[in-house]
Amino acid sequence: MIDFTLSEKDEQILTAVREEALICRRYARYYDDHEEEFAPDQLPEAKDFKNPYALLTKRDELDSSMGVMSMLISAGQTWGDYTVRMRRGTGGLGNAALRASGTPEQQQRWNGKTLAMAITEPGCGSDSKAVQTTAVLDAAKNEWVLNGEKIFVTTGCRAEGVVVWATIDKRAGRAGIKSFIVMKGTPGFEVTHKEKKLGIRADDTAAYVFRDCRIPRDHLLGGDESIPKEGAGGFKGVMRTFNMTRPAVAAIGLGIAQAALDFTRDSLAAEGVDVDWNAGLHGRSAVQQELIEIEADIEAAMLSVLHASWLSGEAKPNNLEASVSKAKGGEIARTATQRCIALLGSLGISFDYLLEKWFRDCRITDIYEGTGQIQRLIIARDILGYSAAELS
Amino acid sequence: MISFGPTEEQELVRDTVHEFAQSEMRERARPCDEKRELPEEFLQKSWELGLVAGAIPEAYGGGGTGRSPVTNALVLEELAWGDVPLAAAALTPGLFAQPLLDFGTDAQKQQFLPLFAGSRFHAATLALLEPTFSFEVSSLRTVAEPKGSGFSLSGKKRLVPLAADASHLLLVARGARDGVAGLEAFIVPRDAKGLSIAPEPERTLGFQCLPRYGVTLERVEVPAEARLGGERGIDGSRLLAMLRTATAALGLGLARGVYELALPYAKERVAFGQPIAQKQAIAFMLAEMQIEVSSLRHLVWKAASLLEHGLDASRAATLALAYATREVMKIADNGLQIFGGHGYIREYPVEMWYRNARALTVNESVAAL
Repeated sequence: MIDFTLSEKDEQILTAVREEALICRRYARYYDDHEEEFAPDQLPEAKDFKNPYALLTKRDELDSSMGVMSMLISAGQTWGDYTVRMRRGTGGLGNAALRASGTPEQQQRWNGKTLAMAITEPGCGSDSKAVQTTAVLDAAKNEWVLNGEKIFVTTGCRAEGVVVWATIDKRAGRAGIKSFIVMKGTPGFEVTHKEKKLGIRADDTAAYVFRDCRIPRDHLLGGDESIPKEGAGGFKGVMRTFNMTRPAVAAIGLGIAQAALDFTRDSLAAEGVDVDWNAGLHGRSAVQQELIEIEADIEAAMLSVLHASWLSGEAKPNNLEASVSKAKGGEIARTATQRCIALLGSLGISFDYLLEKWFRDCRITDIYEGTGQIQRLIIARDILGYSAAELS
Repeated sequence: MISFGPTEEQELVRDTVHEFAQSEMRERARPCDEKRELPEEFLQKSWELGLVAGAIPEAYGGGGTGRSPVTNALVLEELAWGDVPLAAAALTPGLFAQPLLDFGTDAQKQQFLPLFAGSRFHAATLALLEPTFSFEVSSLRTVAEPKGSGFSLSGKKRLVPLAADASHLLLVARGARDGVAGLEAFIVPRDAKGLSIAPEPERTLGFQCLPRYGVTLERVEVPAEARLGGERGIDGSRLLAMLRTATAALGLGLARGVYELALPYAKERVAFGQPIAQKQAIAFMLAEMQIEVSSLRHLVWKAASLLEHGLDASRAATLALAYATREVMKIADNGLQIFGGHGYIREYPVEMWYRNARALTVNESVAAL
């Protein structure tokens, strides 16, 4: 059935998420100002909160699916603060790749480790098949030898290991790209620095260098079987990861956008400017109209996230919908915070409030995990039935 | 539970209505628009779908399937995909019957609902819009004043669909209280003393085939029993939420129609040696349409779902309509642009949809229905 209400149990979980998020919010300004520090894994005031994801195991008929709930939880957490949200330890992007492409032995072996994902290089961003980092098999020693540079590695400093994209055959293009698991401390693997950014400052974004970095042969994600004789099977395997993470990234940005809208609405309401949901166009001021439009945009974007995650829970393909949610979510996270500041004028830019920080923090949503433009390309190819060569 | 899956029954209804839209609406739309004609045959065929009678309880002679705003939203999307003005014509009796179902007293239901249970199309309508440039639903100028044991109604209404053929009008007026909470609705027979209907339908951009009339009320006296809901009155906010959700659902169907026509055209139309769809300028317009059609659908479904649960849907409905107002026009606009000069020619339906999109989404368009 088509339904948009939450069960009592759903509500309970999300209420707790928001309560904890408000605690995280108290630390937001501090860690924005002290980007060299890491927010603690556990805040003293939040120690009694249960891990919301752990509460999702028993879902009844009237409860929303795990996928839908995990999106709402993500958005609820960043509604507090992007960086200080708790329990980052449940994994990084690399863990999603491990779950999607790892062999059972690999999943078992690195279960519980926080794994970052290193794709971007100084010379390649959205065009991820242009990866220059190489992996060469030293058959005698049964080891892969990695060489190259990686940048913009999210959670790169704190992660215990990383899933690295490297090419085993440059001439093969995307088919030659494989992912490898490299744990911290491996000789030849160096974390060179932590990036300084517009926002999400306390979130660690690292740069890596691999110099003749040797890893055991079985650290190739998916095992040797993942090496295709021909075709693009390997690349598509890694792209599957995105299929699950795009809606999540959109949800993270939209949680921030929602925080910005809630703050804007509450601040204006306190000064007597409130939206009357019944009034028509001539019964609204320009500001009220703008509040309605922003709210409609955020709601539409969040529903597209929930749609993509609902599909995955129904075991239905969601590649198109995942990109729709990311395209929409990235755009709205970006523009909603811009518009909220415009509505609050000179107080909107003040460091006395967090709105200016949310504006900076959520700008990344339309860039990482595939820019809005890349998402539109994917959507356009999908609906038109075009290959990358036909629509580039 | 958040879920995006229609029930099997809803899928069946949707498919049936889609077939109807395909076979009875698509081809008819252009000649109806050109001749400003609403064929009796079409109304009769639409009646046989049970769009209005289906939801009326068996006790009043209806189909007894119950009111389902979610199913309605699915139906409206398909009908509007066929043609918005024809859809609006087919649904006009519902503008009278559905508020009656939701807010009417037992006596009112007993008296009026059986009108819609017959096998012939029965015209009744809703009069809401007024001839002011700054029309605002929360401050109507048509007033209902107590007179004796009943009411005296005075004011002017516009764009009242099928008014000349309607047996009754549901007249929305301002009551004793301000704002939407003070909205009142009155069941007024077409031949009531003091009620006059303009001799000719109004001519408007779009919606050419749907006759819509100006209606003037000069101290029209109605008994107390004519007040919808009796002493309780109506829930103006819920009435508006229903109309707004329905309008957004119609916009959704229209937008989807534009998108589905523009996409294959862009793949066929060759310029500079390749299909124009292979150029990002065009491909991205189509990607945006995909994004916005599904976004609008979700907003419509959410509002409909809240209505179905009997919850306050005023926020969700207002969001859906605000979104539709912006995005449906944009999609129709971009659709016409993709067709270029051909889009401007009345041979293709795009220019007609472009007009209908503008007409549907004005005055927040509780109106255009």
